Amino acid sequence: MNAAFRIPGAGRLSQAKTASFSFDDKSYTGIEGDTLASALLANGVHLVGRSFKYHRPRGFLSAGAEEPNALVQIVRDDARKTPNVRATVQELYDGLTANSQNRWPSLAFDVGAVNDIASPLFSAGFYYKTFMWPKSAWKSLYEPKIRAAAGLGVSPDRPDPDHYAARYAHCEVLVLGGGAAGIAAALAAAETGVRVIIADEQAEFGGSLRFESGARIDGENGFAWAQGAIAKLKAMDNVRVLPRTTAFGYYAQNFVGLVERVSDHLKTPGRELARERLWQVRAGRVVLATGAIERHMVFADNDRPGIMLASAARTYLNHYGVAVGRNVGVYTANDSAYAAAIDLKKAGVNIAAIVDLRDNPSGSVIDEARGLGIEINFGRAVVRAGGKLRVSSMTVQPKNGGGERTVPVDAILMSAGWTPSVHLFSQSRGKVAFNEETRRFVPGTYAQDCVSVGACNGTDGLDATVEEAYAAGAKAAKDAGGKDSGIKAGKGTKPTVDAGESWSRGMLGAAPGAGAGTTVKAFVDFQNDVTAKDIRQAVHEGMHSIEHVKRFTTNGMATDQGKTSNMHGLAIAAETLDKPIPQVGLTTFRAPYTPVTFGSIVGHARGPLFDPTRRTATHGWAAAQGAVFEDVGQWKRAWYFPKAGEDMHAAVNRECVTVRKTAGLFDASTLGKIEVVGPDAAKFMELLYTNPWEKLEPGRCRYGIMLREDGFIYDDGVVGRLAPDRFHVTTTTGGAPRVMHHMEDYLQTEFPHLNVWLTSITEQWAVIAVQGPKSREIIAPLVEGIDMSDEALPHMSVREGKICGVPTRLFRMSFTGERGFEVNVPADYGEAVWEALWAEGQKHGATAYGTESMHVLRAEKGYIIVGQDTDGTVTPNDAGLDWAVGKKKTDFVGIRGMARADLVAKGRKQLVGLKTKDAKVVLEEGAQIVEDPKQAIPMKMIGHVTSSYWSENCGRSIALALVAGGRDKMGKTLYVPMPNGTIEVEVTGMVFVDEKGERLNG
Amino acid sequence: MLLIRCPYCEEERPELEFRNAGEAHIVRSANIAGESEDDFEKYFFIRANPKGVIYERWRHIHGCARFFNAVRDTVTDKFVMTYKAGEPKPAKLPGASK
Ligand SMILES: [Zn+2]
Repeated sequence: MNAAFRIPGAGRLSQAKTASFSFDDKSYTGIEGDTLASALLANGVHLVGRSFKYHRPRGFLSAGAEEPNALVQIVRDDARKTPNVRATVQELYDGLTANSQNRWPSLAFDVGAVNDIASPLFSAGFYYKTFMWPKSAWKSLYEPKIRAAAGLGVSPDRPDPDHYAARYAHCEVLVLGGGAAGIAAALAAAETGVRVIIADEQAEFGGSLRFESGARIDGENGFAWAQGAIAKLKAMDNVRVLPRTTAFGYYAQNFVGLVERVSDHLKTPGRELARERLWQVRAGRVVLATGAIERHMVFADNDRPGIMLASAARTYLNHYGVAVGRNVGVYTANDSAYAAAIDLKKAGVNIAAIVDLRDNPSGSVIDEARGLGIEINFGRAVVRAGGKLRVSSMTVQPKNGGGERTVPVDAILMSAGWTPSVHLFSQSRGKVAFNEETRRFVPGTYAQDCVSVGACNGTDGLDATVEEAYAAGAKAAKDAGGKDSGIKAGKGTKPTVDAGESWSRGMLGAAPGAGAGTTVKAFVDFQNDVTAKDIRQAVHEGMHSIEHVKRFTTNGMATDQGKTSNMHGLAIAAETLDKPIPQVGLTTFRAPYTPVTFGSIVGHARGPLFDPTRRTATHGWAAAQGAVFEDVGQWKRAWYFPKAGEDMHAAVNRECVTVRKTAGLFDASTLGKIEVVGPDAAKFMELLYTNPWEKLEPGRCRYGIMLREDGFIYDDGVVGRLAPDRFHVTTTTGGAPRVMHHMEDYLQTEFPHLNVWLTSITEQWAVIAVQGPKSREIIAPLVEGIDMSDEALPHMSVREGKICGVPTRLFRMSFTGERGFEVNVPADYGEAVWEALWAEGQKHGATAYGTESMHVLRAEKGYIIVGQDTDGTVTPNDAGLDWAVGKKKTDFVGIRGMARADLVAKGRKQLVGLKTKDAKVVLEEGAQIVEDPKQAIPMKMIGHVTSSYWSENCGRSIALALVAGGRDKMGKTLYVPMPNGTIEVEVTGMVFVDEKGERLNG
Repeated sequence: MLLIRCPYCEEERPELEFRNAGEAHIVRSANIAGESEDDFEKYFFIRANPKGVIYERWRHIHGCARFFNAVRDTVTDKFVMTYKAGEPKPAKLPGASK
């Protein structure tokens, strides 16, 4: 069954393979190999969308990636509703469902079209001018309404169920574009044996050979030659052929990003296929063979459905076998539209008239058109199109004015000339140059190792294109290290062009009837609804640079990035400014060339694969005990261990009380651990930490503070000296990588004379803290070779021995203020040792405790957490840690910084304790502190709460705070103003439990 | 993505393997504790931030982990050369026009 506009015998699709599809709930039949656009046109459907601002009816402008109008929503299921798909690119599959966008309630009757009538309100700069006041209304009123009314499609409301692949690739020659130029370049490069990748955005290679019926290469029709050449390239081991692949970004050092559409064209993609594949290619040389894009004519109502580029109509006919109308008008300023008229005429379509702006052009295509009996009007303009939902007529007038004539048509083909596609060249930071004679920008100065060939280089004619491309491909291969197997220009397998088409020139800017002084809607940028008048207005309102004109009018700023509109917009601005085009300048092209899905960029890095999850050796045990976990960086840490019926508060209270009464077990494995080894290890430690280390005896530990050179606290941790030349350094959980980086930096670049080795051992040692009065009794039965008495193993000491038969570094240390130990064992034994200790602990009524209780217990003792109680602007003195700074030292990182005038001045914020007057009130961490709660707003804030908890052991709330001059305010009352009233607090010391520290040996 | 030549690995590797570590050739005084406020300010806070050629430190953090020096053009992003930490500032740059 033939669709009404499918022409028997025309095109390359096999009529046998039909595919049914729906558009706006209406069913149609197309043919496999169609795009959605060609299938709709075959059914006589031109109206496919409404424009962004004026909601004007729109049809297809093009047959390719430059399409500004025909954006549709493709719906596979609830989660797969892809908006803004260009119908000219979407391949048809059986069962495809597409909907139009940006219309309500229906495509033919759109309420938003009132914007078209009210269009004087919507002129250039409208958004900037109208929605300026009041400011608050922008967020609450204007923006949501504008977005709702405009909206390009609807985003899916469920997570994307598809998966996206990614590949890195390297090659000597990367050819971007698979038309005659790209194929010729790839053939030449491939023959030298180097690795070649050739990519093209279309499903089939051939580029403009798809529509150039006159092209013949190596004795074949051009398109057939392209298929043969691609088959030959595919068969070569050193060549990768990527169809449906768009090079969207050209980055530094010949790094090119491409997206391959793997399964969007399939009826049932299946789980094994990715939807898209991101290729990140590093190429020795890049050959740009990106072709040229035809421009439309800028005249009144040139956006009516049925008005399209001449090359598009030709593609629909010669490739898809579809006539875009039955009675077609042509409006042109160059030769190429004649070829379209000729092809259509030969296929039986009536050509109502060709209207050519040029006065007396001559050439073979003009003669041929005339010979076919087509009416040709030179020196005339189409000043207006008739019709609304579909073009119905064109009004023709001599270009310098005079009598009008209205010609009935059902389609108009336009060609204002061809714009070289310099997008990727421009992205590579190459500078374009304006050719005055042909009035086009072509590649000028190159910034990278690439070369442009064919139409994108401003080379006219198939013969010249193939000649240039073949030579460039061979040279690129040679320059990139190819063997040069004796290829010389004109020899080897260089394709021979038997016949080709050639055209250049044309016009830029508004056509007669849409020029200065007119107010007609002659569209320059279809997607953003920018007219010639808008651009003139922008210039009149003071925008004199093309970058300003672009932003003021939004010309070229839609998803098509102005592929058809940039040159017209520039020419109109230049004319209005009365300046030559190069002086007004071309806007810079930026990636992506065409829109790229988030999925293809994200690839596999989503959900659990977004970031690694780190689990400690006891994770499984804790999970089985019902622990609640919290995320600390990439780590999962047990937060608290609720028993049946306990909430977090109850669990933490019980854990904290039990630790101080008997004992608790805590997994401290996430602490960073670095082994500092070598003859100069102590010297290195002296330079990296504020404390003195030379005299620390092996077997003893010290609490160390690390500063940055600016004198502020960077990290802290307990350091054990295992031997004269070996330190076991611990860091904060979050600080481990940056502390290692910091140490390496100084070791490698400032103190390279020191003979020291640094090794991260965080993952190698599991750490089980056993804290509380019963801790020694729990550990002792399992330990071999270590005297556990207070005399032999005092607080802040470390011994190596065995526990449960495995090696241990046993630290006597405490982050709770109780007698405590930290049992380091090789991580593989972590869970087994934990379970053995747990079994012992059970005999004494010990508890497992999590990070929340750890925080409460350390706060009860006034032990700080770097990054919580300090914020990168706290000195050791501010934190009350002067005792940890070696007074006799002459150098360490931060020694000069912390002596800066501002850092030793009076009135700095100092860490203190806070007790709320009402013991039951727990302060909010981060809450601001003031001296006088009755002062006028804004109040003078003198500090903030850094840590705050309910302490069951104290029977009250406790807090730490940074307060200006805090240590001079002991006993004073300060105030914490909160939304529900002001809280009175008393400044205290930082230790809330066991001020004398007797429990460390208790 | 830039390609950076690690002078220790003697190989060009992708930017992802490296981390920038600020301006190079800033000397930490052997008597830093005795430095004046002005000298310390110059040492610690003041950076050239040039338009054009910059001497800077990089670390091959996801490779050999070594710090090294690089000469880069901040306008074009091109690496002029790289050299090992501790080596003097190159007197002449390869292919330098200024
Ligand atoms: Zn390296």
